[in-house]
Amino acid sequence: MNDPLAQMKDEQSRERRGRLKVYLGMAAGVGKTYGMLVEGQQQSARHTDVVIGYLEPHGRAETEALANGLEMLPPKILEHRNVSIKEFDLDAALARKPELILVDELAHSNPEGSRHSKRWQDIEELLHAQINVVTTVNIQHIESLRDVVAQITGVFVQETVPDAFFDLANEIELVDIPPEQLHQRLKEGKVYGQEKVDQALKGFFKRSNLLALRELALRHTAEQVDKDLRETRATLKKPEGWHAGERILVCVAPNRMALRVVRAAKRLAASLHAEMLAVTVESSRQRAVSPENREYQEQAMVLAEKLGAKAVNLAGDDIVAELIKFAQRENVNTIVMGKPIRQRWKEIAFGSVVDSTIRSSGDIDVMVITGAESQGTPIFRRPKPEKSSWYGWGEVAAAIVICTALGFLIYDSEHLSNIIMLYLVGVVAVALRNGLRESISTAVIAICIFDFCFVPPRYTFNITDGRYMLTFLVMLAVSGILSGLTLRLRESTRAVSSRERSTSALYELSKSLAESRKKEEMAKLTAQKASELLNCPAAVFVISTPSPQLIANSATGFELSANEMAVAQWVMDHGQPAGATTDTLSGAKALYVPLNGSNGTLGALALELPTEKTTDLSQRLLIESISTQLAGALERAQFAKEFNDAALHAESEQMRSNLLSAVSHDLRTPLASIEGSATSLLTHSELSLQSKELATTIQEQSQRMARLIQNLLDMTRVQGAIQLDLDWQSLEDLVTNAVERTAPLLDSPATIVKPEQQILVRVDGVLLEQVIVNLLENAARHAERTAHVKVQMFIHQKNAVITVSDNGPGFLPGQELKIFERFHRTGTSGFGLGLAICKAAIEAHGGKITATNLNPGAQFKIELPMEEAPE
Amino acid sequence: MQLVAHKNPDIVLLDLGLPDMDGLEVLTKLREWTQVPVIVLSARGQERDKVAALDGGADDYLTKPFSVGELMARVRVALRHTVKASEDEPFFESDGLQIDFASRTVTLNNDEVRLTQIEYKLLALLAHHSGKVVTQNQILREVWGAAYEDSSHTLRVHMGNLRQKLETGENPKRRIRTETGVGYRFI
Repeated sequence: MNDPLAQMKDEQSRERRGRLKVYLGMAAGVGKTYGMLVEGQQQSARHTDVVIGYLEPHGRAETEALANGLEMLPPKILEHRNVSIKEFDLDAALARKPELILVDELAHSNPEGSRHSKRWQDIEELLHAQINVVTTVNIQHIESLRDVVAQITGVFVQETVPDAFFDLANEIELVDIPPEQLHQRLKEGKVYGQEKVDQALKGFFKRSNLLALRELALRHTAEQVDKDLRETRATLKKPEGWHAGERILVCVAPNRMALRVVRAAKRLAASLHAEMLAVTVESSRQRAVSPENREYQEQAMVLAEKLGAKAVNLAGDDIVAELIKFAQRENVNTIVMGKPIRQRWKEIAFGSVVDSTIRSSGDIDVMVITGAESQGTPIFRRPKPEKSSWYGWGEVAAAIVICTALGFLIYDSEHLSNIIMLYLVGVVAVALRNGLRESISTAVIAICIFDFCFVPPRYTFNITDGRYMLTFLVMLAVSGILSGLTLRLRESTRAVSSRERSTSALYELSKSLAESRKKEEMAKLTAQKASELLNCPAAVFVISTPSPQLIANSATGFELSANEMAVAQWVMDHGQPAGATTDTLSGAKALYVPLNGSNGTLGALALELPTEKTTDLSQRLLIESISTQLAGALERAQFAKEFNDAALHAESEQMRSNLLSAVSHDLRTPLASIEGSATSLLTHSELSLQSKELATTIQEQSQRMARLIQNLLDMTRVQGAIQLDLDWQSLEDLVTNAVERTAPLLDSPATIVKPEQQILVRVDGVLLEQVIVNLLENAARHAERTAHVKVQMFIHQKNAVITVSDNGPGFLPGQELKIFERFHRTGTSGFGLGLAICKAAIEAHGGKITATNLNPGAQFKIELPMEEAPE
Repeated sequence: MQLVAHKNPDIVLLDLGLPDMDGLEVLTKLREWTQVPVIVLSARGQERDKVAALDGGADDYLTKPFSVGELMARVRVALRHTVKASEDEPFFESDGLQIDFASRTVTLNNDEVRLTQIEYKLLALLAHHSGKVVTQNQILREVWGAAYEDSSHTLRVHMGNLRQKLETGENPKRRIRTETGVGYRFI
């Protein structure tokens, strides 16, 4: 993990996830579960919400006693072949969502019918849901150590946890006891029942085994601690301190050693803290790769990815040249390969990839892994018998017959070489269209018939002239070479054309994606192309609530059931592939690949692959590039839409506020004159009583109108992006001003309950004063002029609090939130804007405004967060 | 502008929200050649404009809509100041509060009020401009110095203390008014 970017990503993904702590032991019975439960009890004592997710029933009394007092999730009961199995209930755990969950046995395999095939995937989902997990595992279950453990103990472990998952653990605690003590515990029957003890002591729990396993566990933990230390140090360092670290390239060949080589490379990479790359080189020269070996190679590549390696497929004529070129480009320090397993003579005759790699590797180290038999039996999911074609043999016969007939036609005892040429044409013709077997057979039959029919003495197999022996040999050799060449040519043409087909299809797809603007169109194009390329029904889903929406379907039609829909939902929630051919929800009919954009999952691509339940690497890469392209295009479309919306919104917002402020200004100026004139009229004493009343009405109503205009203006201000003019203000000053401004509306001005000490807040003073004015006006309007209004200020929990209360009728129950809505009006006067302005303004300050009924009266409460005073 | 030049008025009322010209620009041009008192008129919510106008040489401001009484009071204050500006009063008296600038003593209803250096400076500055608004920037500059223009927190604290010392008793009289977003005014 020397790459800073990767480390950042690593850290980010860790941050969003729950914390994972693993109790690691060398064997069963060392006390991992015990340690886990002790931790659970401790956390629970610290008031953490701890739940036991699953506890392996070992029947150990001490351990069970420790579980007392902790909440335990009831296990899920599964019926499997008439036996009921108790299993960890993932959905119950997710629904319960505790802070910390204890789940025993990380390496456990779930029975068929579970969501995930492995328990570590369950835990991954828990972590994803931000639940902290404590779990236990034995050292032999770690993927990269499988071979080593098998060599030590002779037991090949089937249940493993990928290193990549293990590496993500935040904390690893080694539970270590000396082997003698473990033996003691075994004898006391603390680990297994007494009847099994003898067998265990002689078998897996042999002293030598335990010593080796203990060393492995210690070393693995030490490496992990070392890695943590290095990472911490790396994050403390300045970026220029980075340098290219070790990079290991493992070359995955199509043979039975592939898996073993990958595991060995991972161990090497782990101990060197190196980054790992895994490559395969597809070459036209590798003609005779059996499906069995191909399967080994693909499994090894999948394993490499699981172990955290970057998997790359290369193609080229010369395996070694491609390999070295790639290694140099990627700054690889060490190449790891398997020892050749071909017979010695073949190696001498044709050379070996290992030898030539070593010779041409330059300053790159080459490490060769021993070729002991792999003990794993890979599961073949694709037994494919070699197709024998009667058609091909028909061609062989036809070629021989035609050549012989022509031979009789041009027979001339002096120039037999012409007939030989004729037969050669026949052999080449067969080789062009058929395999090696057919072409060599054609050559042999041709030689026999030529000898029988044309070589003197004719119509016998006897040869008088020994030179014909040489002719036969040359003919055989020529036909062999020719058929080899044509075969290779055909192979590479086929490979090139299939690659060309997918490349051009991808190119076409990206071109049409770039041209389309609409999401639906993009999805439809992609579904069609994917269906064409992979020869199966395809569909595209996009995220929408409450369930995903199928927006495009290929021509062949994709069948949709509730079950499939649920898988699509899961994929979109988790951003990971699932469904057929994967380990997750593999019961589904189709494979679902998430469309991951830079800001999360945008949808999923569904492919109902043909029944052979496997995908090879090139197919996977193709699916991956299709989904990446679609995700990119969808994201682009979304950005474009958001950008347009935002621009449009901003424009209309700007126009609206320009209009409003212009109108308000133009209204306000004449209003000032009207009010001024009315006031002047009132000061003239010669006016009749009636005229004075009229003047008073003019004055009052023009004032009211001015307030309304002010409210409208304030609303436009707080509705757009409010630009707060923040400054330190004394709350008391603002409240005093507001009370003074509203004094004419009330018979007796509002009373102010002063705070014990001055409260200074950093706010937009003008706006906050207006908020208090609005609240006071509101009180005056609803509780009448005679009301007693009280304004109080105090500090409560680092918040500055202002309350405005009256002794009026209060508001209708259930209206506490409604009254803050725009244009909500209870009486007949006003626009219903005053309180909406208050809410928007207070929220812009990061505060809160609430209303409660006092019985009698109403109370409004403003809470504003307080900042530290500057020096 | 021409009108001002020809008629030579005693006072100018200037609306900042003129439709065709920026009010601030007019003010700047006026101040190039005349010291005539200028009162700016503007709406609430345009506090920045008001501060700019006051710092740019305006004598006072009024928030629209305003009453005639309010306007007349402001005009009187502005006119009084033009008369008084030349003579340096050594003594200030307002409703029981007396300030002796020579001896730097302040008495309230004949009791001496003990003020700190800063508080005295604040009060003296506001009293000198009695009835007129003094912007926050102006106060900070004159009391603390140009480097403290953004320490409004300190200003609020001291102003709070000063008020506590001056506005005592059961029903205290407000002597210093906060003009939110603009500054302070001694009344």
